Amino acid sequence: MNQAGFEELQHTADWALRVWAPNREELFRQAAIGMNALMGLKLQDEPVHKKVELYLLAEDDESLLVGFLNEILFYLEIERIGFEDFPLKLNGNRLIAELWGKPIRSIEKPIKAVTFHNLVVQRGEDGLEARLVFDV
Amino acid sequence: MIRIQDLNKISEYEWEIPRSYRQDMRVAVRLFVTRRLLEAALQDLSIEQAINAATLPGVVEPVVVMPDMHQGYGFPIGGVAATRYPSGVISPGAIGYDINCGVRLLASTIPLEAAEERLDDLANALNQYCPSGVGSEGSIHLTTAELEAVCRQGARWALKKGMASEEDLHRTEEGGCLQGADPGKVSQRAKQRGMLQLGTLGAGNHFIEVDVVDQIFDGEAAAAMGLQEGMLTLMIHCGSRGFGHQICTDYVQDLQSAVKRYGIQLPDRELVCAPLDSPEGQNYLAAMRSAANYAFCNRQILAHHARRAFEEVFAGSGLRWQLHQVYDIAHNMGKVETHDVNGRKMKVCVHRKGATRAFGPGNPELPDVYKPIGQPVLVPGSMGTASWVLVGTEDSMARSWGSTCHGAGRVLSRHKAKKDFRGERLRNDLEQSGIHVRAGSMSGLAEEAPMAYKDVDEVVETVNGAGIARKVARLRPVIVIKG
Repeated sequence: MNQAGFEELQHTADWALRVWAPNREELFRQAAIGMNALMGLKLQDEPVHKKVELYLLAEDDESLLVGFLNEILFYLEIERIGFEDFPLKLNGNRLIAELWGKPIRSIEKPIKAVTFHNLVVQRGEDGLEARLVFDV
Repeated sequence: MIRIQDLNKISEYEWEIPRSYRQDMRVAVRLFVTRRLLEAALQDLSIEQAINAATLPGVVEPVVVMPDMHQGYGFPIGGVAATRYPSGVISPGAIGYDINCGVRLLASTIPLEAAEERLDDLANALNQYCPSGVGSEGSIHLTTAELEAVCRQGARWALKKGMASEEDLHRTEEGGCLQGADPGKVSQRAKQRGMLQLGTLGAGNHFIEVDVVDQIFDGEAAAAMGLQEGMLTLMIHCGSRGFGHQICTDYVQDLQSAVKRYGIQLPDRELVCAPLDSPEGQNYLAAMRSAANYAFCNRQILAHHARRAFEEVFAGSGLRWQLHQVYDIAHNMGKVETHDVNGRKMKVCVHRKGATRAFGPGNPELPDVYKPIGQPVLVPGSMGTASWVLVGTEDSMARSWGSTCHGAGRVLSRHKAKKDFRGERLRNDLEQSGIHVRAGSMSGLAEEAPMAYKDVDEVVETVNGAGIARKVARLRPVIVIKG
């Protein structure tokens, strides 16, 4: 098993992911990469240039994670920009991130929203783990 | 994990999970299912999610689950929960991200045999006039003031723009406009998403379908609706697009802290809620109603576009191309309604998520034309299979919060459907069986394969057998447009 990664889980109506990583920053990054993969997101073949600075404050890791991923979905829809590089720092309940992206070439299927359904960020066999359910 | 022996069988079509099943349940859960459908439902988390819904503060007996139930997030798809108004709670997750996702049906007097040669042209015209697909934008770009007018006026906004008739509004749930919408309670982000998407279908399981009336079961009700055997109809299934998704996202996030403030314990954070009489609950209600009105207007504009497509294809053919509205109904909504509870009138907030309002005959909320027969209920099937027109009954008022099923209900995960079926093959199979398909994404098409859904006929037979809706007509698809 890789130190960090994601895998799709079975869900009758929606999409679900298990994400794992050695630390919170990598967990958030893997969740974003996994979400992009679920949507079948393909970006234009050009240098990464779009930068969005993100500051989030939430009461716990789960709220921060949902908020972070929903930010990515917002820019995807409004600016047609996808992100593939996510340098980020987590300090307590605060997230500071730079989202680097470029225009979308194609997307197979969009995600409507990231949900809190049974979401817990917790330590498991593979380090930190979270199971995310997406409304599609 | 719940087992079948934990449930009480009430009849062939009705089962109950008693309140005593789990300590935190405030009320029982009533399931309208056959044994076969119940056994299928036990394979996923839908019933656990219904039990979780029975823990909501202020919930009134019983939580109801429909035969098309399947696992959602927080609240099951196919679930109905009524909470006492105003002391109970309202839960955005129990209404869903696609606020006022719903169905509109229009009827024509075009016989299928006279139209058959033009169906390919009609599929192209519908595909051209009705923008669909991921992040699709329409020809209408709203200013903030216009968007706020849509939030307040719903489908009536389209009437003012010449894209609706009074009859359309008359034959729409709530006249196409929920009172109490306040766009001031909607975030700037939601407005940004809403400004570009009015009059678009989107992607996912949303579709526009041309069907033929295949069989009529209730002649009087069908006549009132203008449905005639062998004639074409048009069905639109979509909702409030990114506008509604963002409103739900915002409030599910915001209410995470509200539940702590109000000391509400929940088994799942996606069921997050606030008392209806709290500022947070009132704000969500006003924002949710804005999204509901946006969705009514969205389906109205899509109907206008579809009429243009019909006109383009059939004008001059000697056929009457006009489409008249049968009804427009939501299946993801929270509504304040008055119901009889233990012989007394009670005001409740009915959360319907993947469940359709199904008011019975004589209900004052219905337009005069439908008062004698009950409210039309529109049940889309899975792609390529039948859809149904039903009517609400007195039993649905008495036993299921004036609600019934909303569709076929998934049985196979999207992951497995994509693995098992190829979009191109599926499209070819549908075309071979005489269904004209236009789809934006082949993998999206594969996810919506008919085999991934329950048999809609079985779902309809169950609600018909249980008495919470009555069959009127069966529709068979001839054109499917998917984003």
